[in-house]
Amino acid sequence: MKAAFRQGIRHGIPIGLGYLSVSFAFGMKAVGDGLTVLQAVLISMTNLTSAGQLAALPLMVGGASLAEMALTQLTINLRYALMSLSLGRKLDGSMGTPQRMIFSFANTDEIFAVSSSQPGKVGKHYLYGLMAAPWIGWSLGTFLGAAAGALLPDFVRTALGIAIYGMFLAIILPPARKRRPVRFVVLAAVALSLCFHYIPELNTVSSGFAIIICSVLAAAAGAWRFPAEEDAA
Amino acid sequence: MKWSVFLPYLAVTAGVTYLIRMLPLTVFRREIKSRFIRSFLAYIPYAVLGAMTFPDVFYSTGDLRTAACGVAVAVLLAWRDRSLLTVAVAACCAVALAQGFLLMFP
Repeated sequence: MKAAFRQGIRHGIPIGLGYLSVSFAFGMKAVGDGLTVLQAVLISMTNLTSAGQLAALPLMVGGASLAEMALTQLTINLRYALMSLSLGRKLDGSMGTPQRMIFSFANTDEIFAVSSSQPGKVGKHYLYGLMAAPWIGWSLGTFLGAAAGALLPDFVRTALGIAIYGMFLAIILPPARKRRPVRFVVLAAVALSLCFHYIPELNTVSSGFAIIICSVLAAAAGAWRFPAEEDAA
Repeated sequence: MKWSVFLPYLAVTAGVTYLIRMLPLTVFRREIKSRFIRSFLAYIPYAVLGAMTFPDVFYSTGDLRTAACGVAVAVLLAWRDRSLLTVAVAACCAVALAQGFLLMFP
């Protein structure tokens, strides 16, 4: 096995563990809403996204039109288009069109964050390794939650809920401490996000749209104020 | 849910989500000239993660107090450049301990 592949696997394991807990909750909810275990697992295996899948459940159960389903997914998952655009700059020569078509399936928030925080360019061995554990964790967690959600003690489930955010913090804090532009962008995004959660009217914006607006404004402000830093970021 | 109802929904959710991720990586591949756009794209990941983490992390355990313990431990360790897994596991342990503490001293 290539060293880059092994490193990708290693970096994917914390993501996979975090996904295990998040998708566990999704599996429990899906079965509670009337889907079979197999259906819940199929959604996770083919979508690999937390917010989009959670939003899809009530639409499926409520018999929404396919157009409404498509528009909802488009809105909530639009941030992935930004991430894919951004990640395109990080890929080395081993990532031709077929490799990009395979990898883009797994361009989740966390996989994107980890791969774009790597120094220099990243190639297919690293990225394929990185995809593995999160996909397995997401599918397996959904299966476990759907099939056996009721069996796990409550305090374990709630403690697992913070795993994914711990990982986010581990990704953004070190560069934010070392580099002023990154610190500026993170603080701006957090400030905007707080506004979208707590200010009346603003807090009616859907979570997918809120994330898009906060990140676009914060990154644009950063790019306007610190335009020279891009190659270090 | 009946498969005849389920499968079209599955195809739409998976299809739309995939296309959103795939098209920007395959179709739009020209080198970007604008320095503003390039730095904008480089800053996007930090902005997205910042916006997704706060304030949501404080609601991730169902109790503000246990979540705050988890955040404190995660911030401390992340600040010291600990690995992703270390930070994530330590945050979970902090939440579990805080829950135990609250059970004993409510």
